[in-house]
Amino acid sequence: MSAALVLAWGLGLAQAMLVLAMALAAWRVLRGPRAQDRVLGLDTVYLNGMLAIVVHGLRTDSGLSFEAALIIGLLGFAATLALAKFLMQGEVIQ
Amino acid sequence: MTGPDLPTGADLPAWAAWLVVALALTGAAFSLTGAVGLIRLRTFYERVHAPTLGATLGMALIVAASVVFFSVAEGRPVLRDLLIGLFLTVTTPVTLILLGRAATYRDRAEGNADAPPDP
Repeated sequence: MSAALVLAWGLGLAQAMLVLAMALAAWRVLRGPRAQDRVLGLDTVYLNGMLAIVVHGLRTDSGLSFEAALIIGLLGFAATLALAKFLMQGEVIQ
Repeated sequence: MTGPDLPTGADLPAWAAWLVVALALTGAAFSLTGAVGLIRLRTFYERVHAPTLGATLGMALIVAASVVFFSVAEGRPVLRDLLIGLFLTVTTPVTLILLGRAATYRDRAEGNADAPPDP
């Protein structure tokens, strides 16, 4: 098999697995049962989305998606931190 | 016959292509295992550990795949993806400690039976 074929199929399969992981995490967000489970599920959706974007950058041979992945990671961190803080005391910033 | 997408990385040697695919697939498998654990485990305090599989080993393997791919493709060391690794390594414990504390606080405030005991 040529290198391009290996890359296209292998990275496509990896991306599909990451999307499946996102779907499972989204199921946890919808199902709950409590708020902290939903926040944890959202954090996992962010994480797997970020990894899927990195793999997409490999598949399309583009360095641009690196910035997108970094921004998604930053947003996921800020979102989870704010939500956890909100669960703790009902206020994000005292 | 062509793959399911544009024939990218055609200038990569075969060993590099196989290495990149092996690293990315293993990382994605770890991440998927973490997500399966997230829906299969019973209590929140068990579930909070599951996604860290993807945040540590899965992330590290996929970042390694990216470093190998771009380094071989461009013929020089491309290490910018290590930034993602560094960033996630720093932030994941922070978010999970805070989330665990919030969950403990809520469970204790409501007097739930599965709340961790006070130290």
